Amino acid sequence: MSQSNWPLWEVFVRSSRGLSHVHAGSLHAPDAEMAVRNARDLYTRRNEGVSLWVVKSSDIISSDPDEKDAFFESPQGKDYRHATYYKASEGVKHL
Amino acid sequence: MNHDELDATLDSFGDALASATRVTPGNALRPEDIAVDGVAPSDEVAAYALTLGDDSLILAQRLSHWISRGPELEEDIALGNIALDVLGHARSFLTYAGLAMGKTEDDLAYWREEEEFTSLWMVEQPNGHFGVTIVRQLILSIYQHLLYSKLAESADETLAAIAAKAVKEVDYHRDHSIMWTIRLGLGTEESAEKMRHALEILWPYVDEMFLDEEIHRTLPEVAVLPSSLREDWDKEISAVLADAGLEIPATGQAMAHGRRGEHSEHLGYILAEMQVLARKHPGATW
Repeated sequence: MSQSNWPLWEVFVRSSRGLSHVHAGSLHAPDAEMAVRNARDLYTRRNEGVSLWVVKSSDIISSDPDEKDAFFESPQGKDYRHATYYKASEGVKHL
Repeated sequence: MNHDELDATLDSFGDALASATRVTPGNALRPEDIAVDGVAPSDEVAAYALTLGDDSLILAQRLSHWISRGPELEEDIALGNIALDVLGHARSFLTYAGLAMGKTEDDLAYWREEEEFTSLWMVEQPNGHFGVTIVRQLILSIYQHLLYSKLAESADETLAAIAAKAVKEVDYHRDHSIMWTIRLGLGTEESAEKMRHALEILWPYVDEMFLDEEIHRTLPEVAVLPSSLREDWDKEISAVLADAGLEIPATGQAMAHGRRGEHSEHLGYILAEMQVLARKHPGATW
């Protein structure tokens, strides 16, 4: 195989109507149109989907793994952000 | 045939997805259904089905040679998928034809001689470089799309059902080859030159695809008259080539009569490779 110069694309497959698109994997393709076709060939061979999205991997802005603590540990111990933290007030019915 | 083996190999690429999404096999007409429930066609219909089956079988054999040799992994899988689709069409047509002869699809694929094959010269032409395969696919997928669209209306219900399933698959093959033709035609000077070269070496086998033979004339309600496809085919391929900055080459036409069992020098080698295992180990299964 040749050294690929094709950009990387992320593939999202919707398995049926009413569900959301789920990230399925990635692939190389020369442009967006071909990326959708390659996605069809790679990720929907066994009736897995009714809709496909492809997004250029470089267009996805992700959170920084090094900032994991600052980003995602803050909610820990803040139980009051959950509805279950609160006790039902006396006399409240149908809750 | 190594259909299952090939399918399993390709399926392994999608395994990661199996748990995340719903997987259903679908319920399209399969060759196994034709073998079990099919009504034997007349000798004439069987002979016609054989011509369509032979085109698909030889094309599938040619295309499957790309597996592990594609220019990119993604394209390798795309061509493999197309080869499998086409092999599926061959299996259905050959199974149906075989019902009239007391033969299975494998009997017909592996135990006939070169002069008994009725395929077109176009399908046996070598893969060449990627551009040659794409141009051959462009020529054949537009042709088969028109052919199966009409065959889906055939008075023969089984042929109509096979065509109705095949036309959706061939529609995608057509799309695939059009996309590549445009990109390679408008790509670099080298890719455009390679596409012009591909058109020149394949165009001599175009006229044969539209020759009406005795078998077509004897089955007016069942068979699609090849000559009836020519006008639409010319229109469609001219439009694609124009979009790709390419032209129909000024080449002569080969004296090709594959439907009568006369073939180019390539078919013998294709058959030798395709049939050697079945003939060396008769009845072998895996």
